Amino acid sequence: MSRSPLNLPRLAWRYLWARPMLTALNLMLLSLGLAAIGFVVLVSEQLEQGLRRDLGGIDLVAGAKGSPMQILLAGVFHLDQSTGNIPLATVSQLKAQPLVAQAVPISLGDSFRGHRIVGTTADYLALYQLELAQGRRWTGPMQAVLGAEVARQSGLKPGDRFHGTHGLAGGGEEHEHPYEVTGVLAPTGGVVDRLVLTDLASVWEAHAAHGHAAKSARESKGRGHDDHASDRDHASDRDHASDRAEDHDHATDHEHEHEHEHEHEHDREHTGAHADAALEVSMVLVRYRSPLAAVMLPRWVNAQAGLQASVPALETARLLSMVGVGVDVLRGFGGVLLLAAALSVLVALLHAVRERQGDLAMLRMLGATPARVAGLIALEALMLASLATLLALGLAHGFAAVLGAVLAQQQSVRISGAWVSAWEALVPALALGLALIAAAWPAWRGYRLDVTELLQTPR
Amino acid sequence: MASTDAAALIASHGLRFRYGASAAADLHFPDFELPRGAHLLLRGASGSGKSTLLALMAGLLTPTAGRLAMDGVEVGALAPAARDAWRGAHLGFMPQRLHLSASLSVRDNLALPYVAAGLKPDDARITALLAELGIAPLLDRRPHALSQGQAQRVALARALLRAPRFVLADEPTANLDDEACDATLALLRRVATEHGASLVIASHDARIEAVWSEWPALQRLRLTRMGSAAMPLPTSCATP
Repeated sequence: MSRSPLNLPRLAWRYLWARPMLTALNLMLLSLGLAAIGFVVLVSEQLEQGLRRDLGGIDLVAGAKGSPMQILLAGVFHLDQSTGNIPLATVSQLKAQPLVAQAVPISLGDSFRGHRIVGTTADYLALYQLELAQGRRWTGPMQAVLGAEVARQSGLKPGDRFHGTHGLAGGGEEHEHPYEVTGVLAPTGGVVDRLVLTDLASVWEAHAAHGHAAKSARESKGRGHDDHASDRDHASDRDHASDRAEDHDHATDHEHEHEHEHEHEHDREHTGAHADAALEVSMVLVRYRSPLAAVMLPRWVNAQAGLQASVPALETARLLSMVGVGVDVLRGFGGVLLLAAALSVLVALLHAVRERQGDLAMLRMLGATPARVAGLIALEALMLASLATLLALGLAHGFAAVLGAVLAQQQSVRISGAWVSAWEALVPALALGLALIAAAWPAWRGYRLDVTELLQTPR
Repeated sequence: MASTDAAALIASHGLRFRYGASAAADLHFPDFELPRGAHLLLRGASGSGKSTLLALMAGLLTPTAGRLAMDGVEVGALAPAARDAWRGAHLGFMPQRLHLSASLSVRDNLALPYVAAGLKPDDARITALLAELGIAPLLDRRPHALSQGQAQRVALARALLRAPRFVLADEPTANLDDEACDATLALLRRVATEHGASLVIASHDARIEAVWSEWPALQRLRLTRMGSAAMPLPTSCATP
């Protein structure tokens, strides 16, 4: 026991822990309820923020016919397989639309130690406003820029080489042709940190060297195929397509080394116009020029054979409403826990007031005002609430960190235990509010305590 | 405040208290004055109003009629908070069941008179008083680890800490054997005298009168149940 002089808060503290088991139980109930609410706040806010960041102003994703949700998950959040491939020509067709401000192709299918290798153009960097922390961007095929997290985990730096693996999960066949790291991106906190960016042509080249070929858009009708899994069905096209791809690469390669970067796009369009019959990409990320596009463009994309439009705004709303059920369940669970906790605190305090009636009456006899006695009871509840708040915030961040670690292992959505939300103020507010409500009646009983009971002859 | 009231330590005139609206619960108290330096023994059967009179003295109840002045102060006429403050500062209290808090050590139990009034506990005074009562080594014990005699001394220390003018003791010898009764009475008398506090003892224990028959400073007041307001005021006020 401490030697510091007793005062009202210390007295409340001693009384609180005079029944340690009951106090611990109430603390646990209250903390878990609050932690559930805090956890929901932390995770849903990070989820929304993460989705928004990863969307990076993308208004539409065009992919092969299939589920728009899958297209979004694969193309933007890099959580799913792509629905198939579409002709490279789609890019130039989309760019030709006056309503389109930007159309950036991406090609998926390979990975490096579980990190996806994304074949794209320099536009991708502009789309996400990505900056290089080290080195330079790729200037030709089989050169790659690593996301910050990939570089951290692999320890690779500009000049190093690595082999891509076939397929999006680890453990696939390794491609023979190595990539050269030319640069490392600055961390964004988004999905890009976990990607390896390279030139579109690299993906073609990797698969050409490996004996794969792109397939035509007309033939890709399957949903959820691993892009290259379906490629294998078209082995007969292989040589022809890879020849084309290599021709194309040589051409762009050559020019890249001498030309300005932005000319690269024209270049790509130009070459694309020639080679588009066989060359394919997985998806095209589109940014609108005008709000009118939201009405016109998805319809136009869906009207094209083999093409499917995915509108991130709609799909993320759908995604969040799906996640929302879980969030609501968790929130409801937290609410029920809190209600139970409030009742338990109420009962405990009422019990304490009755049990300590003599103590409290004695306190009055010793000169305490009724308000002081009521305050003592309220203080006990407030201390419990404060402890519960600290515990709950710790637990909520802990749970978020654990969830974040699990999701990180799955290369999924990024959730951090260190994220702080203004809405966490809800936790102490709820705790104090509940404590005061639970303490109100017991405190009133304390206030109205009949001190003359002390003077009655015990029965 | 009348000067006659101020001259007496306790002065009661036409004091009545009624519990609720029931005439049967209408208590009439005899007029009496307790001089300074004297002590008061309240006698009377159960229900004669001993406890009610103690509660009126402590300002826990306010008179329905008449006046009761404690050291010149009509406690019942004070504002509620002032009544509480007066009680804390001027009145020590020894309840029959002692009411030491089981959740607190002896030290913290003795800090309660200060905490109740919002004051910082006077550790030096606590230690000195415990030493005086011979229970200094018990400071960190819990009440359940004390003997009845030790607990009584702790309760007495608690009553005396703020140097009160009065020490109210409610049935201090109930449930005590004769030996313990003698010891308790001796302790109360010695300590009250040394600390300049007037004892007000409410008891129906006949042993007290026997033990203290030779104590000239002790005045006796016998309360009898008088029933309704129409009855004449009791005249059984003790003479010194």
